[in-house]
Amino acid sequence: MKTTETPAPVPAESGATVRKTDGPAGGARKTKKEGTTLNVFSHGILVIWAIMVAMPLVWAVMTSFKDDASIFGSPWSLPDKLHFDNWSRAWSQAHMSDYFLNTVLVVGGSLVGTLVLGSMAAYVLARFDFPGNRFIYYLFIGGMSFPIMLALVPLFYVVDNMGLLNTIHGLILVYIAYSLPFTVFFLTAFFRTLPTSVAEAAFVDGASHTRTFFQVMLPMAKPGLISVGIFNFLGQWNQYMLPTVLNTDPDKHVLTQGLVQLAVSQGYKGDWSGLFAGLVMAMLPVLAAYIVFQRQVVQGLTAGALK
Amino acid sequence: MQHGKYRFIVGFLAVPLGLYALFVVWPFIQSIYYSFTDWTGLSPDFKMVGFDNYSRMLDDDIFWKSLQHSVMFALLVPFVTLGLALFFAFMINVGGRRRRGGPAITGVRGSAFYKIVYFFPQVLSIAIVALLFAFAYNPDSGAINSLLRGIGLDSIQPLWLGDPNLALWCVMAVLVWSTVGFFVVLFSAGMASIPAELYEAALLDGASRFTTFFKVTLPLLWDTVQSGWVYMGILALGAESFAVVQIMTTGPGGPDYSTTVMVLYVYQKAFRDGQAAYATTIGVALLIVTLAFAAVVMRLGRRERLEY
Repeated sequence: MKTTETPAPVPAESGATVRKTDGPAGGARKTKKEGTTLNVFSHGILVIWAIMVAMPLVWAVMTSFKDDASIFGSPWSLPDKLHFDNWSRAWSQAHMSDYFLNTVLVVGGSLVGTLVLGSMAAYVLARFDFPGNRFIYYLFIGGMSFPIMLALVPLFYVVDNMGLLNTIHGLILVYIAYSLPFTVFFLTAFFRTLPTSVAEAAFVDGASHTRTFFQVMLPMAKPGLISVGIFNFLGQWNQYMLPTVLNTDPDKHVLTQGLVQLAVSQGYKGDWSGLFAGLVMAMLPVLAAYIVFQRQVVQGLTAGALK
Repeated sequence: MQHGKYRFIVGFLAVPLGLYALFVVWPFIQSIYYSFTDWTGLSPDFKMVGFDNYSRMLDDDIFWKSLQHSVMFALLVPFVTLGLALFFAFMINVGGRRRRGGPAITGVRGSAFYKIVYFFPQVLSIAIVALLFAFAYNPDSGAINSLLRGIGLDSIQPLWLGDPNLALWCVMAVLVWSTVGFFVVLFSAGMASIPAELYEAALLDGASRFTTFFKVTLPLLWDTVQSGWVYMGILALGAESFAVVQIMTTGPGGPDYSTTVMVLYVYQKAFRDGQAAYATTIGVALLIVTLAFAAVVMRLGRRERLEY
């Protein structure tokens, strides 16, 4: 069917004409017309959704530069001037700087820990036969489908008894533990795809298992580590439920908690502009990183679901 | 490769497995045990009470409400999210019109742009998204109502989160908003791996895009859709619904418990009301719902696997 149409840009109904060159099927005209209407319609929906996604974000950025009066008076108007003081107020007075620091410490520690421990466990589970291998593997995998909240009730007291409640290192250990199921699942599959010959050669050359792992296998697994690293980074950076339960000391709050805390306290103070500045402050670095590393981020986040 | 093998295995597994057992497995086991006690969480003393917590739960109206809402989250949110995502992904990848001399199957113009924009919410924390929408929904000064006023719809000024009949829908819409993009990208990757010949054959047979979608794309993508459903459902039963309901709705749990969900109810019973044992009981119910949900979706969705 050699039917071509003039490419109609976005939803311009009048511009969408149908040009038919020697189409063999007589009934094709009708379907094509329907096709064009459908095209305009569906492309329109794509545009609308893009606007619906972008709009709240743009609105937040805009609002963060406005003063309180105009936030309430006319939510959609542009700021009369750029109130950068909102940002500095949020950064220092509203403790956004502390929340950032806490988040960086927690995520930094737990990301490294997750990758090191996760790849160690995954390597052993993927490459060595020993009694209990399958059991341990499924024990890890099972953690992906259980509701975490169920474990959080006793976990709170476990962490408390160990004196780790409201500490950065306690939170790091818990983050690592809850990131292991997916990490082990993903990296086990990844290590299985790597050729065995290189490791065997290293071993024959006298390298120990440990040395083979760190100097031969880990470098080979780099693409997998990057994917799962991005996945864990976003998951841990954006984590809300675990710190809400285990990290109740306001001085130790991470970004997500801090913002929710801020929303409550700014509600009393009426400093909405400061809060919006804080929200945007938390949003922009992640969005910027996503735009820069777009391909890797998408790969990292979707890799697991496609396996 | 036998030399020192077991020492190596133990050495590498000990720390990750120990951490996992201590912070994940052990609390799970404990919580099932605690659900049969009268433990408050505040004092270390407790005794076994058999199934008391369970019979109390079955008489608890708020529990039933939370169960109902959680089930709605698990069924409706993935359904709408995956439906929209499939539609968008199909339009983006296959919906383009044919250009002279171009490939038979193309996406719409600007498909890369759509994929980038749609993915935005996925990289943001659900907590930030929830806060943002809590303001957007504000009946007086929120973005949505003032937008409605701006386009002349002064008569339509819903209370959104303040209206018991609307609050739950508002919360669910936020989850849909924030996850559609992820599945658009996921399905796009899946659609890209479907060979173009299949589409060309369908086109030659005169299939409309509607037919092409249901007879070619969907069957070949079914595995991804199904695992996406389970993944989304588990999130909607757990962490995601906790964040949106806890942050967005008053109480939290909404006016007249209209948005409370099981995961939030567990949290409130344990850490607000000092009824840790009862909380774990609701948690066990949540576990059962989650596993039943996954089993049902996997079973209902079982089809003959298509190789291509």
